[in-house]
Amino acid sequence: MSSLSLAVRDSSTMLRRNLLHARRYPSLTLNLLLTPIVLLLLFVYIFGDVMSAGMGGGADRSAYIAYLVPGILMMTIGGTVVGTAVSVSNDMTEGIIARFRTMAIHRGSVLIGHVVGSVLQSVASVVLVGAVAVAIGFRSTDATALEWLAAFGLMALVALALTWIAVGMGMVSPNAEAASNNALPLIVLPLVSSAFVPVHAMPGWFQPIAEYQPFTPAIETLRGLLLGTGIGNNGWLAVAWCLALSALGYFWSKAVFNRDPK
Amino acid sequence: MPSFVMPTPRRADGHASPAAVSTVGLRKSYGDKTVLDGIDLRIPAGSVFALLGPNGAGKTTTVQILSTLITADGGQAQVAGHDIATSPDGVRAAIGVTGQFSAVDGLITGEENMLLMADLHHLSRREGRRTAAELLQRFDLVEAAKKPASTYSGGMKRRLDIAMTLVGNPRIIFLDEPTTGLDPRSRHNMWQIIRELVSDGVTVFLTTQYLEEADQLADRIAVLDDGRIAAEGTAAELKRLIPGGHVRLRFSDPSAYQSAALALREVTRDDEALSLQIPSDGSQRELRSILDRLDSAGIEADELTVHTPDLDDVFFALTGGTDQPKEAVR
Repeated sequence: MSSLSLAVRDSSTMLRRNLLHARRYPSLTLNLLLTPIVLLLLFVYIFGDVMSAGMGGGADRSAYIAYLVPGILMMTIGGTVVGTAVSVSNDMTEGIIARFRTMAIHRGSVLIGHVVGSVLQSVASVVLVGAVAVAIGFRSTDATALEWLAAFGLMALVALALTWIAVGMGMVSPNAEAASNNALPLIVLPLVSSAFVPVHAMPGWFQPIAEYQPFTPAIETLRGLLLGTGIGNNGWLAVAWCLALSALGYFWSKAVFNRDPK
Repeated sequence: MPSFVMPTPRRADGHASPAAVSTVGLRKSYGDKTVLDGIDLRIPAGSVFALLGPNGAGKTTTVQILSTLITADGGQAQVAGHDIATSPDGVRAAIGVTGQFSAVDGLITGEENMLLMADLHHLSRREGRRTAAELLQRFDLVEAAKKPASTYSGGMKRRLDIAMTLVGNPRIIFLDEPTTGLDPRSRHNMWQIIRELVSDGVTVFLTTQYLEEADQLADRIAVLDDGRIAAEGTAAELKRLIPGGHVRLRFSDPSAYQSAALALREVTRDDEALSLQIPSDGSQRELRSILDRLDSAGIEADELTVHTPDLDDVFFALTGGTDQPKEAVR
């Protein structure tokens, strides 16, 4: 068997294993969906009027829903990959990983299985949270089929980038608690991005923190695609962030995996 | 350090019979701690080899290195004709490993674990299902096959573990403490399983801290202590290293004890326990002469036990165990 077809075959076996885990134990995945959904409902129904008033320009609650949803969708991805960090960390402490390492299988298949599984889970989570958003009144304005496709492509790319980082975090964490702590930035960063309020409405000293991080350009790009707001440089910035984070997470995870296990 | 280390066969003269596993000067340390300090082994194909040693002697480290899980710091090793450093995938294709901590996926069922192994060995769907069903049957796991492996008992997990190892038809199997933590019945089941493997022509590399287990199963035994091979040979050869055979007489009456000590020659006295130890090979003739002498002096012992040298004696003598009286280490 050629090394590529070996890689594909073993990785898809590992993917099936991870999807089986997710299907058998859906509570972890579903729990992670709660945070973005609760925040969505909280910011729309409880803070919605205040938030929309704060945005100025006579914005009403439906305008704020439109503003909020792209950020919530990106946050959903961040939350889903925290689950990835936890399950990778759990997995690495299992004896079965030692077994995999002593088998003549594609070396990277264990990690690739986790990554592909996590991206698929992220997309599924985005669809579920998106459905809630539509149910409470979110509508895309004038997005073409191509823009929808680009929006999904962007979210998949963000999911891929964050997943590789989360896999690295999971690999270096000795247990599930440590993994979920280490992955906390993936939850916190969207909170301090342009997800809830525009960057220019934040205090001046805080604006750089919101501006120079991966979630803000990704969210702005998604807004542009779904709502027709200006994208500007954000499209390229988002893609660059994703590629850089993917590469970083990939080499990091691989290096840790190839180390002798303790 | 023990002074009676038997020479281990070198690879240089080992071309006659094919070796399943051979190592020369294998070394491994973690930081300042040297775990393996030059291990030389040669294990003929089709035999059972037991690596015997106390906790922390380096048994698991040896298995981890030979099964390509971790890398050695120095020395060479070949497994199934492949060098572990330059051709790890060649080694992996020929071996099966059952570790000390069960290598099963607890989140999925026993059957799913088996099918996972079949997929990773690239069996066809039909072939995989057949192999999984056969092995589940053979290891008495059919009833539990649809339950998550995390709900299995220790013995069942170990059986599933070995069943998974066998999916790929490995020619060499590493079993790292396969019976540690098992109840007596599960332990005997495991011994039976290991004997069956051997009758199929598989080479078994076994680690254990139970001397009886090594004695029961292994063709050759190496005693590992503190990162070195302290002795190597068949169980009989190792037992011959230690002059441990004796007859032990125990008394409750101090005066009987005193007169017995006088009547018998060459005794080792234990005044506190009121017991005497007489060197003996345990033969009928030697026993009769001891009894005759006691009879003629009119002494009756409360208890007589015959102690033939077993691997325990060897083990304690070689590994500097503290459970044995000092004089055993001569």
